[in-house]
Amino acid sequence: MAVLVDKNTRLICQGITGKVGTFHSNGAVTYGTAFAGGVTPGKGGQTWTAENGKQFPVWNTVAEAVKQGGASASMIFVPPPGAADAICEAIDAGMPLIVCITEGIPVRDMYLVRKKLAGSKSRLVGPNCPGVITPGECKIGIMPGYIHQRGTTGIVSRSGTLTYEAVFQSTRCGLGQSTCIGIGGDPMKGTDFIDCLQMFQDDPETRQIIMIGEIGGDSEERACAFIRQHVTKPVVGFIAGTRAPKGKRMGHAGAIVSGNTGTAEAKLAAMRAAGVYIAESPATLGETLIKAVGR
Amino acid sequence: MKIHEFQGKQLFRQAGVPVLRGTACATPEQAEQAARELASPVVVVKSQIHAGGRGKGTVWADQAMSAKVLDGGVKLARSPEEARTLAGQLLGNWLQTKQTGGSAKRIHTVYIEDGCRIAKELYLSVLLDRAVGLPVVVASREGGMDIEEVAEHRPEAILKVHVEPHAGLGDWQARRLGYEMGLTPAQVASFVKTAKALVQCFLATDADMVEVNPLVITADDQCLALDAKMSFDDNALFRHPEISALLDPNEEDPAELEAKSHDMAFVKLDGNIGCMVNGAGLAMATMDAIALYGGELGAFPANFLDVGGGATAEKVTTAFKIILKDAAVEAILVNIFGGIMKCDTIATGVLTAVREVGLDRPLVVRLEGTRVEEGKKLIAESGLPVINADDLRDGCRKAAEAAAQYRAGKGLPPRPALPPVAPIAYVPPKARRAAAAGKPTVTAKARKAEKAKTRAIANPAAPAKAKAKRTLAAKRTVKRAATAARRAKPAAKPTARAAVKAAKRVLKSARRR
Repeated sequence: MAVLVDKNTRLICQGITGKVGTFHSNGAVTYGTAFAGGVTPGKGGQTWTAENGKQFPVWNTVAEAVKQGGASASMIFVPPPGAADAICEAIDAGMPLIVCITEGIPVRDMYLVRKKLAGSKSRLVGPNCPGVITPGECKIGIMPGYIHQRGTTGIVSRSGTLTYEAVFQSTRCGLGQSTCIGIGGDPMKGTDFIDCLQMFQDDPETRQIIMIGEIGGDSEERACAFIRQHVTKPVVGFIAGTRAPKGKRMGHAGAIVSGNTGTAEAKLAAMRAAGVYIAESPATLGETLIKAVGR
Repeated sequence: MKIHEFQGKQLFRQAGVPVLRGTACATPEQAEQAARELASPVVVVKSQIHAGGRGKGTVWADQAMSAKVLDGGVKLARSPEEARTLAGQLLGNWLQTKQTGGSAKRIHTVYIEDGCRIAKELYLSVLLDRAVGLPVVVASREGGMDIEEVAEHRPEAILKVHVEPHAGLGDWQARRLGYEMGLTPAQVASFVKTAKALVQCFLATDADMVEVNPLVITADDQCLALDAKMSFDDNALFRHPEISALLDPNEEDPAELEAKSHDMAFVKLDGNIGCMVNGAGLAMATMDAIALYGGELGAFPANFLDVGGGATAEKVTTAFKIILKDAAVEAILVNIFGGIMKCDTIATGVLTAVREVGLDRPLVVRLEGTRVEEGKKLIAESGLPVINADDLRDGCRKAAEAAAQYRAGKGLPPRPALPPVAPIAYVPPKARRAAAAGKPTVTAKARKAEKAKTRAIANPAAPAKAKAKRTLAAKRTVKRAATAARRAKPAAKPTARAAVKAAKRVLKSARRR
C-alpha cells in the first residue's frame, strides 16, 4: 500500500516527443514504472523508443491513450502556453491522476483548470512540481529515483530540491518513504497539503509524515489546523524563507486577504500549536524525524 | 512585474476606469508645459517610483539620504511655474517612503495631473485569493489610508467578493459593495461601472494585483481612480508584449535583470555570503541556514539565487559572475542537490567560471544527488582551492568561517553577530501535544507497539533476532525448571512440576510470536 501511485499505475507522458519529456519518460521507464506511451498532437501513430530499446506508442489525444493504452496517470511536460490546455484535455479524458511538472503557467489559465477539476474524477498534482514517487514501484516526475528507499515516511512538499533533501535524509536514517508528493510552488495548485495529509493518515504503510512548506499563502496554516483535528501520526515540518525579505514577491495588497499569515513566523507558530516537530534547517530533518518516531 | 502609476492609468483609460487628465514628464520644462496645457487652477505633481506611500515620503538630494530637499513626493502646484519648480526639486532626487525598505529610489519621471474636488475617499483592489483560487475584489470606505492598518484595527471595514473569472464582476456584487460602503444610489451607479471595468482590466492584462487607493467620489457623485498600482503575472507576460514593454529598467536591480535574462531568479540581499542554489525552496532554506549557522560570525546571505532545474554549465558560469560582481560578497556557498541537474555539470560550470573570472574569494561547495561522486572528483582534481562541505550545516559554517578569515586577511574588523532569534527547532511536549490535538493520550502499551512496528520496518531483521533471544531464554528456563523438579524432595515435586509446565507454556508462546 502507498498513496496515489503504485506498480499498477499505467503512466503516459503528455509532451513525450519534446526534449524534457523524452528525458524524464526514460527516467520513468528505467525506474520500472508501468509506462504505456505518450501523447503529442500531430505525432500520433509514431513510436517512441526508450533508452533501453523498448518501444511505446504515441497518440494524438489523451482520450486515445486512455482507451487504447489503458492509461491511469499522466505526467505533463508541455511548455507553459499550452500546459493548462493539456491539463484540461487530461481531465476531459477522465484521467484519474494528472501530474503537471511544467513551471510558469499563467494564473488566469489555472482558473479554467480549477473549474474543470471541480466535480471531475481527476486529481491534479502540481503544476510546477517535481512529481510523485512510490519507491520501488512507480516514479512520475523529475526526481532522482535512486535516493529513494521504500519505507514508512510520507513526504509532502511545495519545493522540489527540498523534497530531495527530505528523501535523502529519511533514507539515510533508515526509515525510507512510503510515497513522496511534490505539490508544487505555484499559488494555484491541484493538490494541497491537506489532501496529502489525509491520504497519509489513511495509509497504513505511512507511519510518520514530513511536511515542507515555504513563505507565502496560508496553506501551511490551514494544514496545521487539519493536523490538530485529524492527524494522529507524527508530523515533522520545515518552513523555508524565515530570512526572506518582506514584500519582495508577495504583492502589497496580498497581505490583506491573508491577514497576518504568509510569514514564516505565522507558519511556524501554527506548526507549534499543532504539535508538529519542527526542523531548524533541511540539514536536521533526519534528526528531527528520529525524535518524532521516538527511536 | 510592476509598472508606474502613469502607465497604470493609461491601461485604466483603455479599460474604461475613469482617471483624470495627466502627462508624464522627464524634465521641469515638460512639467511646466503639461501644467499649462491642463489649464487648471491646481495641478498635482506626482513622483513616479515603484512604491506606495509617496505622499508621506521624504525627498533627498542623494542616495545616502544625507541632504533633505522636501517632505512628500506628491505636491500641489497652483501655477505652471510652481509645477516647474516642484518638478525640478523632485526629478533626479531620491524618494524614501514607508515601502522603499529603508533606502530611497531615484525619481526619473513626474506625472502632472489635474486637480479635483473630493467628496469621499474609498479603497478598491483586485488580487488573487490563493485559498479560494479565485480573484477577489477588496473594497473599503476607509480609502486614502494604509490599508493594512485598516485591516488590522477595523477588519469589519474591509469588504471582499470573489469574482468568477469567465463572467467578470457581477452588477449585483458591485452594487452590494457600493451600498455596504454607504454610497448614495447615484454614487453606486458610478461605482458599479468603475469596479466592473477595473476587474476587466485585471483579467484582460493577466495582472496579479490592481490597487486603487484612493478611489475618490467627486463632488458630482462620479468615481475617479486617483492612484493606480498594478503588478502582473510574470508567467503570462509572453502573451502581453505591450505590457512587457512597460518595464522600467531604472526600477530594477541590474543584477536581477541580468539573472532574469538567463532564466534565473535573483534577489539582492545585504549580507556577505553569496549563494548559488538550485530550486527556489532550497535557495530560501540555504539563506535561512546561513543566518542560522553562521550568524554568530555575522554571516548573512548576500543574495538569493536559484539557477533553476535545467541549468547548463554556461548558466552556472553566468550565475557565478553575477555573484562575484557584488563587492559585499566575502565568501561563496554553492549548494546543489542534483535532480535534473547533474552534479558534474555544476562542478564543470563552477570550475569554468572560476578559471574565467578568477577566484579572489573563498568558495565552499556542497554537492549531493545525481552523479555526486563525479562532481566531487572533478573539483578535487581541479587543483583549485575549493572547500568541500559534507552537508548544508557544514557548508554554512565553513562559508561563515571563510568569510571571517577573508575579512581578517583584508584587515577589516569582524562583522557583528546577528541578533539572536527565537529557536526554530521544536519538539512538542507530549502532554501538550495530546491536549493541543484534542487526542486521547497514547497509552504506554500502544506506544510500545507503535515503536516496535517502526523498528521492524527500519530494521527488518530486528523482530527475528528478538524472537530468537526470547526463545533461547525460555528454553533455558524450562531446562532449569526440569533439573530443579528432578532434584526436588518428594513433598515439593508437584510445585516443581507445575513450574516446569509454566515454563514450557512460555516457551511455546515465544516460539509462536
